[in-house]
Amino acid sequence: MITPSVALALRALRLTLRRPQFLIPLFLMPSIFLAVNTGGLSATTRLPGFPETTGFLAFQLAAAMVQSLMLSGLQAGIAVSLEIESGFFDRIVTAPVPRLAIVAGRLMAAAVLGAGQVLFFLIVGVIFGADLAGGVVGALVVVVLGALAGVAFAAIGLAIAFRARQASIVQGLFPFVFAVLYLSSAFFPQELLGPPADTISAFNPLSYIAEGLRAPIAYGMDALPILEGLAMTVAVIVVASLLAVAGLRWRLADAA
Amino acid sequence: MSHAIVTRGLEKRYPKGGTYAVQGVDLAVDHGEVYGFLGPNGAGKSTMVRLLVTLLRPSAGTAHVAGHDVVKDPAGVRASIGVALQDAAIDPLMTGRELLELQAVLHGLSRRASAPRGALLLERVGLSDAGDKRVGEYSGGMRRRLDLAMALIHEPRVLFLDEPTTGLDPSSRLLLWDEVRRLRDQGTTVFLTTQYLEEADQLADRVGIIAGGQLVAEDTPEALKAQVGHPHVHVVLTNAADRERSLQVASAVGDPRPGVTDHCLDVSVQDGSLELPALVRALDDAGIAVASLDVVRPTLDDVFLQKTGAHLAEEAVA
Repeated sequence: MITPSVALALRALRLTLRRPQFLIPLFLMPSIFLAVNTGGLSATTRLPGFPETTGFLAFQLAAAMVQSLMLSGLQAGIAVSLEIESGFFDRIVTAPVPRLAIVAGRLMAAAVLGAGQVLFFLIVGVIFGADLAGGVVGALVVVVLGALAGVAFAAIGLAIAFRARQASIVQGLFPFVFAVLYLSSAFFPQELLGPPADTISAFNPLSYIAEGLRAPIAYGMDALPILEGLAMTVAVIVVASLLAVAGLRWRLADAA
Repeated sequence: MSHAIVTRGLEKRYPKGGTYAVQGVDLAVDHGEVYGFLGPNGAGKSTMVRLLVTLLRPSAGTAHVAGHDVVKDPAGVRASIGVALQDAAIDPLMTGRELLELQAVLHGLSRRASAPRGALLLERVGLSDAGDKRVGEYSGGMRRRLDLAMALIHEPRVLFLDEPTTGLDPSSRLLLWDEVRRLRDQGTTVFLTTQYLEEADQLADRVGIIAGGQLVAEDTPEALKAQVGHPHVHVVLTNAADRERSLQVASAVGDPRPGVTDHCLDVSVQDGSLELPALVRALDDAGIAVASLDVVRPTLDDVFLQKTGAHLAEEAVA
C-alpha cells in the first residue's frame, strides 16, 4: 500500500511541477490578490472591530495561503479527471495496486505541495516586511497546518473528480472557490462582514482553517484558533476522503 | 486450470437500452498461444478485453485468466496480466524511463529493481536513446512500443493487446509484430484484438471472429480459410476469343466447373502451387496467350463474409 502510494504521489508532484499552467496560478494569483489587498486596504486595520495584528500583510498572508491551497485542490481534481479521460486511470486500475493507493498517492502529493505553498507565502511575507508573531515555531505550525489543509482541499477535488465525467466540469467549479473564500473570514475579519456573509462565515469551515493559519502569523501562538483550525482541517480531511473513496468506488462500480 | 484464458457464456449487457456488447462468448486460449480476436469497430472486441482485464464486471457467465476468476479474484488476475489498451494512455510530460519505472513499482517490483528492468525493456523495444525524452516528443509508433514495454515490465504470463497497431505506419507495425512473435516464442500467452485481417493472419495461432458481440467462428487461420473453399487460379487472357477453349483446358487440368467472364478465367485448385505449372503448360500447348496469372487464396475476410454476410472492411466503415 505504501510503496505504490508513494510512487503515485511522486508522479503527481512531478507532473504538477512540469505543468507551468497548473503551477504558476497557485502562486501568482494569490500573490496578486495579496499585493492588491495589502496595497489598497491596509487602512482597514484601523476599523473598529478589526483584531489586533502585527500588520495587514501578516493578516492577509493566511488569505493568500487558503486561496492557493483551494486552487491546488481544484487542480488535483482536474488532474484526476484528465487521467480518467485519457485512460491513464485504467492503466493504474489494471495494475495490482490497492484502490486506496490511488487516493492516498494524490493526498500525499497534496501534503507536500501544500507545505511548499504556505512556505512560499511565509517567505514572501517576511521579504515584504511581515512580522511573524509566532516566530519559527509559529512558522512550523503554519507549514504543518498548510500541508493538512492541502490534503483537505485535494480530497474535496478528488471527491468531485471521481463523480464528474469530464475535467471541464471540475474546472467549472473555479468561481465557487472565490465564493467560498469571500463567504469566510479569509480576507476580512468575521466581525466586519455584513449579513448574511457574517452568518455564513461563522459556519464556513474555511473560516476556521484560515484563522488557524493566521493566528501563528498575525496574532501569536494562541492555542484556540490553532486547535480549531486543526480540528476543522482534520474533519474536512476525514469527510472529504470518505467522499473521495466513495467516489472512487462509484467510478469503479462496473469493474470487477 | 489448463488454459490461460477460459470464458463460459460471458456476457456484458449495458443497462441503458439493454444492449449486449458481448453475448454468450465461450473461449479457451491455451498457454503460450497468440489468440487473435478479429472484428470490426463496435463488434465487442474492446469490451471483451475490458472484461478479461477486470475493468468491467460481466453481466453473466464466467471468465478465468491465468487461473484466476475475474470477479472473485480480480487482484490475482491483475498480478498475472500485462495490458496495452486501445489508446496508449501515456503521460506526455513523463519520460519513457520514468513511466516504465512507475509501472514496475505499481506491479510490485522494488525501486532498486525497477531501474534496470526499465532499461532492459527500453532496449528491447528500441527506445534506449529516447528513454529520457518526454513521451510528448514520441511518434505514434514509439508510444505504442513504450506501451508494450510497460505492459511487459513485470513479465506477465498473459498479455492483452487491444488493437496495438491501429494508426501505425507499416514499419512500426512490423516492429510490433516481431515483438509479439518473440513473446510467443518465450511462452507468453497473447490475446490480441485487431480489425486488420493481415495482422490476425500473420500473428495468431488461432483466430476468433466476433460480430455483434458474438463469437461467430474460431480456429486456426488456415482452417478457417479452408472452411470457405480452395484457392483458385485467376487467369487474364490476352484474347477474349480464347474463352471457350480455355474452359476446356481448365476442365482437362482438373476443375470440372471453371468460371469465365470476358477476358478472365477462374480455375479452382486444391493447392495452387501444384496445379499451376500444369495449367500454364496446358494453356501454352493449346496456344492460348495469357496476360497475367495469379493464385488467389481465401482470406479471413472471405471467412468473415461467409459467417456474417458482410465484408470486414465494410463493417469497419459502417
